[in-house]
Amino acid sequence: MNILIKWYYRLGAPLWFYPLAGKLIPWVAALFLLFLIPGLYMGLVTAPADYQQGESFRIMYVHVPAAWMSMFVYLAMAIAAVVALVWRVRMAEIMIISAVPIGASFALIALLTGAFWGKPMWGAWWVWDARLTSELILLFIYLGILALYNAIEDKTTAGKAMSILTLVGVVNLPIIHYSVVWWNTLHQAATVSVFDKPSIHIDMLIPLLLMATAFKFLFLLILLLKMRANLIEQDVHSGWVKKIILDKQAEMEKEHD
Amino acid sequence: MTEFLHMGGYGFYVWSSFGLTTVILLANIIEPILHHKNALKEADDFYSEEN
Amino acid sequence: MSPVRKKRFYMVLLLVVGISIATFLIVQAFSQNMMFFFSTSEVKQGKAPKDREFRLGGLVVEGSVKRIPKTLTVQFELTDSITPVSVEYTGILPDLFREGQGIIAKGQLNASGVFVASEVLAKHDENYMPPEVADSLAKAAKINAENAKNAEKAGSTEAISESIKEKSE
Repeated sequence: MNILIKWYYRLGAPLWFYPLAGKLIPWVAALFLLFLIPGLYMGLVTAPADYQQGESFRIMYVHVPAAWMSMFVYLAMAIAAVVALVWRVRMAEIMIISAVPIGASFALIALLTGAFWGKPMWGAWWVWDARLTSELILLFIYLGILALYNAIEDKTTAGKAMSILTLVGVVNLPIIHYSVVWWNTLHQAATVSVFDKPSIHIDMLIPLLLMATAFKFLFLLILLLKMRANLIEQDVHSGWVKKIILDKQAEMEKEHD
Repeated sequence: MTEFLHMGGYGFYVWSSFGLTTVILLANIIEPILHHKNALKEADDFYSEEN
Repeated sequence: MSPVRKKRFYMVLLLVVGISIATFLIVQAFSQNMMFFFSTSEVKQGKAPKDREFRLGGLVVEGSVKRIPKTLTVQFELTDSITPVSVEYTGILPDLFREGQGIIAKGQLNASGVFVASEVLAKHDENYMPPEVADSLAKAAKINAENAKNAEKAGSTEAISESIKEKSE
């Protein structure tokens, strides 16, 4: 019985997940655009300029959602890592390895746009302050996880090693979040937090929340695309891919008749 | 329009930020689509030869 | 535990210990870095190093900014609202540099006690609003000026960031 359940997790789940993800993708893409378009328009056009920073504050609308997502993606990966290690769910490992490049991209965007914001406002592209340094470490952790998974040939071992490294890296998340409180940083404190009233005018806040929601859907969209690609690639010789391919080929032949 | 692109003198910084973000995220969308296509083609070839 | 599992367990343990040490060192480095940050009062009390560079933080004193004609040299005073320190800087200032703004300057004290900065960075707060709202808030703040003054007197290093916040509220 136990072997059967394991077998289901190992090979059964993709046959169910793959077509479902395929059906979800256009809807997630539509939701992404639904939030992105008004978010961009309000952020770049209708939101008023800032009293101190003028028009340059609009960099916020890509910088802040990207920085949030760089941490959100990692948190999602850490939850998947627990699931992967405790319940041996292979789909969780596929989710982690698919999410890593996306999280790394968000961290890179946060660092690059931060530099383009820091140069005119602070007077420096980069400073070694705690917030910037801990975000850079997050990018390195993402790259480390990616390298570890690709370095190990056997994907069962690789998945386990990756999950452990992902969990170890979680210590960096509170460091990033509280760096502006614990240390004397050049980076300012949080503008939007769960418990306090946001210290940003409502006309500037709405596009920020729209963009943040758009980025969440974008993450989901890219994650589904990557998981489907990784699943087919890794399982080429397994039964479920065979079934999908043969079904497809049969459908093609039907169309030809 | 020129005023919009000028961004109160911060055009270079604002548009560089939005441009870099667009390039990185677009690459993230295109890469898995191509990857998926290649993987499907490989699987298709594998099972076509088998028959 | 089987020998293989035991070996695996020790590998994971080693990894966790290694990462923990690395984290501890990074946190230490951050704290060390923070020690190079001095307030203007600490400089006047002679607590800041005389022979090496450090960071000086404070607010630009209103009406103290003097530009030397035909050069990029600027002279101004920084204060933590208790004691001011004279600063001299040659170079391009960040756009946010203005009177009353929070500034972090990197540099060294010269023989006459003037802080010669090699880098000037502007610190801004986490508040974002349109200029009209900032104006009306500033008017309201004037009425509460008494309270703000009392708050500014409390604390020295903390007063810098506190007073920046108050300015914009």
